[in-house]
Amino acid sequence: MPIRSYLEAIREGMRDEMRRDERVIIFGEDVGAKGGVFGATEGLQKEFGDMRVMESPLAESCIVGVCIGAAMNGMRPIAEIQFQDFILPAVDQIVSEAAKMRYRSNNDWGVPMVVRAPFGGGVHGALYHSQSIEAMFCGVPGLKVVTPSTPYDAKGLLVSAVRDPDPVLFFEHKRAYRSVKGEVPDEEYTVPLGTASVVRAGADIAIITYGMMVHTALEAAGRLAKDGFECEVLDLRSLRPLDREAIVATARRCGKVMVAQEPNLAVSISSEVSAIVAEECFEYLDAPVMRIGGPEIPAMPFAPALESFYLVTADKLEAALRTLAAY
Amino acid sequence: MAVAKSDAINREALDAQTLRGMYRHMLRSRVLDERMWVLNRQGRAPFWISAIGHEAIQVAVGMNMEKGKDWLAPYYRDLALTLVLGMTPRDHLLSVLAKAEDPNSGGRQMPAHYGSRRHNIISTGSPVTTQLLHADGIALAMQLRGEDAVCVTAMGEGSTSGGDFHEALNFAATHKLAVVFVVENNGYAISVPLDKQMPTPNVADRALAYGFPGITVDGSDAMACHRAAHDAIQRARSGAGPTLLEAKVNRLTSHSSDDDQRRYRSAEDLESERRADCVPRLRALLEDLDVLGPGDADALRAELVAEIDEATAYAESAADPTPDTAMRYVYAEDA
Repeated sequence: MPIRSYLEAIREGMRDEMRRDERVIIFGEDVGAKGGVFGATEGLQKEFGDMRVMESPLAESCIVGVCIGAAMNGMRPIAEIQFQDFILPAVDQIVSEAAKMRYRSNNDWGVPMVVRAPFGGGVHGALYHSQSIEAMFCGVPGLKVVTPSTPYDAKGLLVSAVRDPDPVLFFEHKRAYRSVKGEVPDEEYTVPLGTASVVRAGADIAIITYGMMVHTALEAAGRLAKDGFECEVLDLRSLRPLDREAIVATARRCGKVMVAQEPNLAVSISSEVSAIVAEECFEYLDAPVMRIGGPEIPAMPFAPALESFYLVTADKLEAALRTLAAY
Repeated sequence: MAVAKSDAINREALDAQTLRGMYRHMLRSRVLDERMWVLNRQGRAPFWISAIGHEAIQVAVGMNMEKGKDWLAPYYRDLALTLVLGMTPRDHLLSVLAKAEDPNSGGRQMPAHYGSRRHNIISTGSPVTTQLLHADGIALAMQLRGEDAVCVTAMGEGSTSGGDFHEALNFAATHKLAVVFVVENNGYAISVPLDKQMPTPNVADRALAYGFPGITVDGSDAMACHRAAHDAIQRARSGAGPTLLEAKVNRLTSHSSDDDQRRYRSAEDLESERRADCVPRLRALLEDLDVLGPGDADALRAELVAEIDEATAYAESAADPTPDTAMRYVYAEDA
């Protein structure tokens, strides 16, 4: 099977869907000749023309609002928001419009749209190019939210998102774009939305996580394995809906649960996962649920020492896991 | 009532049947709108937000659209426009009484949140101005498919203060999209008068900055509205791009059933607006032209009241939505 980077897998997913379905269009800042600031759409305007791969004005509400209208009139738009940090001007369109369209029209209308945006830090992006604000959308009925961590899942989930009849927020960890590589089939396949994936099996401690933290978790799990502690790593992949069944199964199997994430913990994905474990796994737990994430500061600072302070590294996660193991 | 100068200028353009049709549409919306207020004041409908005073421009725009082909991204005052495009008094009475059968939303949204896929009218929510960008997207899809259809979107002048107004006009202009931006300028954003919203008297003047025509028309003058709407829609259909069409209309009711405009508008102001009411003005013109004979207008009103009585009775006896349906259609359901 060919080896692809996370970025290449996303690009292939878009390309394949555009070849398959002429209703699929891409709309966002710099997506044309430049191919996007990260190169996700590189070459696509050349293949599909400037009507199907269209540069938007520098206006996020416009990007999403136009895609909503196009979706309502028969297209399958993929909106690209240059950084998740800049999605906020489009929140009215996403939350008030796209998310509610089917419900408020009693199923008369729907918005089959994908909004792609890179998130996450560790790339010297400072306060406004490093954030992970996905949790703000995960409490919104009507939206689906995915965060793939591998090239295989990125392509498979992207194809599913494009074909989904409802709005999907597709958040890509920007540190994964070129650093994460893996096998990606050339032939058509999909990964279903709303399903988590056990990426490492174990029975001692469950690490439930998503995004780049999956890779951090695998590294920390490898270190603990040398001392005989087997961690199970559950990659959530979809943040809305959460795969409740998989979370419960992993938590019950292990009895100790670490929920790890990059952003600060307050009212976050880890809060929701912890609540599910508390509700459904009480009798199975050998320790209180433990969480690790960023500090309660506005965002990741620029200076390397401050950025490192923010990030949950394999060292920090390993130390937390050892504390949990000793409980 | 005297016939205004522009009425005389435009009277040649339309045949008697079209003129009668225009008056009928305007009066039908007016009679229905009055019924909504009655239902509200009787305590049978919790909320209403009115199109009274806005009918001429809405009917003019609707009559120039091609039904089944053109699209509408409406706002909450577009009662008359939705009726011209084929929605019915029954549809909207079902909505004001929040009935399960309401085609706008099945009783989920407040009244006047219009939408009907069957009529190419997209669903509208309560945040204002968002629909302008949807209109751009709808027109972009038309352009991609090479269709000569048009998307009309409407708003109040208050909406033109928000950012989506600029984003939508800028994008439509850049790609020469077949969008007609209709501003129903009634001079008040709830209680805030125009001169506290913007420094210039006409919203249409802003079109200059986007490089497409901005037209200001007297919204009391149905003939002028018809001509301006015709030109804007034809321009869009021909591929020449958008128009910002502003009608200076009269808000003859309070902002909504929860507002009392006598608290912030003078009696003289309200009286002068009533004298400029577009519906009696068109009636006077048509009677002057002998398009309406003696008694025709009263007979038409009686006919429309009977239609709306019947629709009201139907809506009142229709079923309410049941709680077991509240969880449905958050997402698409398998067929």
